[in-house]
Amino acid sequence: MAVITYREALRAAMREELQRDENVVVMGEEVAQFNGAYKVTEGLLKEFGPKRVVDTPISEAGFIGLGIGASMLGIRPVMELMFWSFSYVAFDQIVNNAGNIRYMSGGLINCPIVIRGPANGGTNVGATHSHTPEAILASHPGIKVVCPATPYDAKGLMKAAIRDNDPVYVMENTILYNDKGEVPDEDYIVPLGVADVKRVGTDLTIVAHGRAVITSLKAAEILEKEHGVSVEVVDLRSIRPLDEETILASVRKTHRALLVEENKPFCGVDAQVAYIIQAKAFDDLDAPIGRVSSIDAPQIYCKRMEDEQLPHAARVVAAALKVLA
Amino acid sequence: MAKPAVLTHPESLKKPAGPSEFAKHPVNAALSKAEKVALYTKMARIRHFEQRCIRTYQQGKIGGFLHLYVGQEAVAAGTISLLGKHDHIITGYRDHGHGLMVGMSMNECMAELTGKVTGCSQGKGGSMHYFAPDKNYWGGHGIVGGQAPLGTGLAYAVKYKGLKGCCLAYMGDGAVNQGAVHEAYNLAALWDLPMIFVIENNGYSMGTSQERSTAHPGCLAKRAEGYGMAWDVINGHDVYEVRAKTDAAVKRAHEESKPTVLEIFTYRYFGHSMADPDKTYRDKEEIKGYRENKDPVLLFENELLAEGVLTPATRDAINEAAMAEADVAAVFAEESPDPTVADITKHIYWEEDNRGPNSTSRGTIIFE
Ligand SMILES: Cc1ncc(C[n+]2csc(CCOP(=O)(O)OP(=O)(O)O)c2C)c(N)n1
Ligand SMILES: [Mg+2]
Repeated sequence: MAVITYREALRAAMREELQRDENVVVMGEEVAQFNGAYKVTEGLLKEFGPKRVVDTPISEAGFIGLGIGASMLGIRPVMELMFWSFSYVAFDQIVNNAGNIRYMSGGLINCPIVIRGPANGGTNVGATHSHTPEAILASHPGIKVVCPATPYDAKGLMKAAIRDNDPVYVMENTILYNDKGEVPDEDYIVPLGVADVKRVGTDLTIVAHGRAVITSLKAAEILEKEHGVSVEVVDLRSIRPLDEETILASVRKTHRALLVEENKPFCGVDAQVAYIIQAKAFDDLDAPIGRVSSIDAPQIYCKRMEDEQLPHAARVVAAALKVLA
Repeated sequence: MAKPAVLTHPESLKKPAGPSEFAKHPVNAALSKAEKVALYTKMARIRHFEQRCIRTYQQGKIGGFLHLYVGQEAVAAGTISLLGKHDHIITGYRDHGHGLMVGMSMNECMAELTGKVTGCSQGKGGSMHYFAPDKNYWGGHGIVGGQAPLGTGLAYAVKYKGLKGCCLAYMGDGAVNQGAVHEAYNLAALWDLPMIFVIENNGYSMGTSQERSTAHPGCLAKRAEGYGMAWDVINGHDVYEVRAKTDAAVKRAHEESKPTVLEIFTYRYFGHSMADPDKTYRDKEEIKGYRENKDPVLLFENELLAEGVLTPATRDAINEAAMAEADVAAVFAEESPDPTVADITKHIYWEEDNRGPNSTSRGTIIFE
């Protein structure tokens, strides 16, 4: 096992898949010569050359659509969006084309495309650059969405995404890029749709994804030390497909659930999770399901206030205590 | 407008920089001494404000993205200096220079960068999202190319209201490859809108040189022909030339209600943003060459010294005052308060901020 960063884990996944399958192509703005706006693709151009690692103009609708088209003919494009916020100018391609082609062709055409890039707030860049569209995109059948929180999951999910035969949208987080963690040396994947219990506990289940997992783990520490509460943290890892069983098994054990996400609350991922829990584990619940999301407003620029807007450990602890009361 | 088949650069850019050929152009000849000094002062203010921002950023008081306008001052200064009451502007995220040009104060601009409630957008927009609608400045837009259709809409509204005005939408050499820009071009031409698309060609979009991003790279403005629009190329290091050629586009908008694409050749001295180490895609000699030979502030300064409009003493006084003003702004920004947590959910909806018996909205609109 090597200890590497989340960024290196993503890069290793792309590198290994570029080596494994000659149809894999990495494409996006500044991914090649500039080595990536966030250096995720650093060194790939040097190793694989300009046929496999391609710089694009600032034409998201064009190059994402092109990637979808190429995937229909068997290319396996791994498209970088400098930010998922920029996916909005390519929304038609991402949703209408990638998400519907297989269905509308009665299963004749597949879109094995990966679109990846950061989707997070917390970096003081204001409303246009801080979107977290996992819920919006996952609400479209035909599309798969994953949100890794650790280097291990980042690598395993990225490799699974590249091998998957459907459109998979990988939402990363710039704040996690430097986080370190153990990653196996040998080939592995993390299958889409398998949640991970990141911390075992008995009194409360916290369900989270992306950086909210890290926040929840911090909150769990505080709850244990300062309040003597044993918290289980379930990391969804994958939004669609969603691992209902792991969520339900945890709730059946702890009888209390708190859902934490960095999305805005309205129709967030956790709205769906809450529905599943109440529909399938209602009798196991000892308290109403709690929820922490970002304060419901476009992302504020002011850094101090943005840190308040996003879920943070203190807010998660307070919400947990309410569910436990 | 007969043009050579492949025109890459404005004629004046092919020669070593010297006295401006456009000094005697009517729109420049009409400037009084005081107006010339004022124009120079504005350019110097942009330069010193931006340089003060670097310090504030390095002190950790500005975070996020900070895109500087240093080197490009003559573009905003030249174009905006021509505008009147019914003329509007809109730009991308490299928006400080335009803000100062329309008359925003250094205080509100600096305070916005530090996220303070005294900022032009109350700490909600940040560096990429300046706004001053009272000064006909409609932002400050973070998404590349998004301002082009918006600007076209401003031009549409001006025409709809029967006003003699226009809109200038600024964008970079990379932005011309966004689909929205092309859709805006077509609309502006199809509907004869008083619109001026200003391409600030600084040679690079982040780490991508203009040649690497654009098919038919010889001339970005020439794409206008595909939409039947007029176009021109401008040496953006010479504020007189910027004024002279932009004036023709403004007249075309005002008098004929026709759009124009202007490509203004310019250069940015610093990285794409403060996050760009600027080490890989261009060499230091290139930057040095522009700084030494084509600096727009320095060239205009020399012009005005030669004209006897400025003296070394008045020049120094102007620059010292601009530096002092930027220092004051930094202190103002430092001492200003943050927005509060309650402020986070303000300014989302007009109806929510102004609920009353005549509101057209009911129900929960901000969720927990
Ligand atoms: C739709 C979209 N894609 C990508 C970006 C990221 N981005 C911001 S500025 C920029 C380069 C733009 O270059 P150019 O248009 O030449 O303007 P300049 O920065 O040189 O002023 C890129 C790729 C963005 N903000 N919006
Ligand atoms: Mg540029």
